[in-house]
Amino acid sequence: MKENLDISIEDYFQKVEELKNDGYEMMVDLTAIDWFRKKEPRFEVVVNFLSVSKNKRISIKVKLNDELTIPSITSLYPSANFYEREVFDMFGINFENHPDLTRILMPDDWVGHPLRKDYGTGRIPVQFKNAPKVD
Amino acid sequence: MMEENKDSVKDVDFWATNSEEGGWNISSTDEGSQKMLDQEDEVTTKIQMGSEVIDDYFIDDDISDDERMILNMGPQHPSTHGVLRLQVELEGEVVRRVQPVIGYLHTGMEKTGEELNYFQGPTNTTRMDYLSPFFNELVFSLATEKLLDIEVPDRASTIRILMTELNRISSHLVALATGGMDIGALSMMIFGFRERELILDFFEKTTGLRMNHNFIRPGGVAADLPDNWQKDIEKILKVIPEKLKDYDEMLLDNPIWQGRLKNVGILTTEECLAYGITGPSLRASGYAWDLRKMQPYSGIEKYEFDIPVFEEGDVFARWRIKVLEIFESLKIVEQAMGNMPKGPFKIQDKKITPPPRKRLDESMEALIHHFKIYTEGFKVPEGEVYTTVESPRGELGCFIVSDGSSKPYRMHVRGPSFCNLQALPVVMSDSPIADAVAAIASLDPVLGDVDR
Repeated sequence: MKENLDISIEDYFQKVEELKNDGYEMMVDLTAIDWFRKKEPRFEVVVNFLSVSKNKRISIKVKLNDELTIPSITSLYPSANFYEREVFDMFGINFENHPDLTRILMPDDWVGHPLRKDYGTGRIPVQFKNAPKVD
Repeated sequence: MMEENKDSVKDVDFWATNSEEGGWNISSTDEGSQKMLDQEDEVTTKIQMGSEVIDDYFIDDDISDDERMILNMGPQHPSTHGVLRLQVELEGEVVRRVQPVIGYLHTGMEKTGEELNYFQGPTNTTRMDYLSPFFNELVFSLATEKLLDIEVPDRASTIRILMTELNRISSHLVALATGGMDIGALSMMIFGFRERELILDFFEKTTGLRMNHNFIRPGGVAADLPDNWQKDIEKILKVIPEKLKDYDEMLLDNPIWQGRLKNVGILTTEECLAYGITGPSLRASGYAWDLRKMQPYSGIEKYEFDIPVFEEGDVFARWRIKVLEIFESLKIVEQAMGNMPKGPFKIQDKKITPPPRKRLDESMEALIHHFKIYTEGFKVPEGEVYTTVESPRGELGCFIVSDGSSKPYRMHVRGPSFCNLQALPVVMSDSPIADAVAAIASLDPVLGDVDR
């Protein structure tokens, strides 16, 4: 019921177009994975499609090169709009030809991309008894 | 379906308001809108009815800037269901363009999910869609179990189905209540929350909390059902249908209710598919798609229930479908109660589920397993998985990438509200601002799920 495909970045847009003509009516999910210091290339984009007429799912995975740029599929699937903005916001991946590629969840003036692995999680220091003070 | 739509366009003077007598005529106050009506041909009708999905806004030079106004709705506004902010471009009273601005409730839960181990994971996901916490826990647990390649016992599955379907009822009751309030049926607000309290009481009895339960965990559920739980369920099964009948008496044939909701905020099937809208909104637009039937989980295929489908795709259909889905969920709850299997409520694998508290005083192994699970958690094999359940708002998905450690390498939740929110510009544009509020309420976004 579920297929997984690895696609190169050059074939990505064309493959998505084929899928759309192939009866995959919905793009249900688009996200990215950061393989910081684990794998090369560092970023992967994962897109999940759903065919409601055939009751099938397909998930395609694209490895990004160092330019961190990938074609936007908003023209094919309008539902990709928010997802691509989210991935741009959280990972700093650029989507070419996206109608409005701005930050969606973080404030516009935010520095950094929170879901990258080299972006630390902030911690509030807990004051234990006699512990040295942390600023 | 298109044939009907075309006919209804001819009948109605101004399609968005459904004002049959034409008393509320926009031409008396707004020349620009009248001009748009004059030019209405088949193509523009098609665009307005939404069978053509394009961004159809053009700035008309004839309308002066004085008549156009950009207004911020929210983030603090009772009818935006949380902290949704909408930038609305108004022309007189008619909404022309909408831009949803989200992120006010963003708490970085996906990042937090990478910091917590799989055992702690449901504590985090349950806070996403705070009106349907059980579904969030369920989808995370199903994803983890798929990576671990384990099957939970029958009793655990049945308890999961029982709790999630009760949760669907409570979630829909909130949707009906707040939706009623937005449109002005203030009694509905009180009624919906009153009946939801019945279900939340049962949740509190079972899980210890009214919301954010952390009850469904990888490997089963946290605790068995309380003693005499059947009595509580029987009460719910008796009371809720009676109260739903009351709502119908109040609203179903109410001319004001119908006038406000019918032919308002129309979403066609094509739009739903294009914008990835799932759940009750898709079914109200005439497509019978329900993951419970199509891609079943936790053995829900064994239960008998129907999927209500409407063709209209307007706010009325989306309201009605939630009422009917409550009845269907009650059917499932009744069957789950009747066929509750005996046996363990969590998987008997000591590496995954902690031993019962009283074993700790007797057994050294139990103490070790308990310590390991609560400090380190359990390791999950490498892999990637995307699982889905049918939440009250649509397809709720969980995407987990595991690198073999006890914490997810990447945890992503596909919230249905996030995706459904993209349709707001389509639903709201070219309709009066009062209808826009009804349209937001009918899509039922939960901002915790949108921002995560």
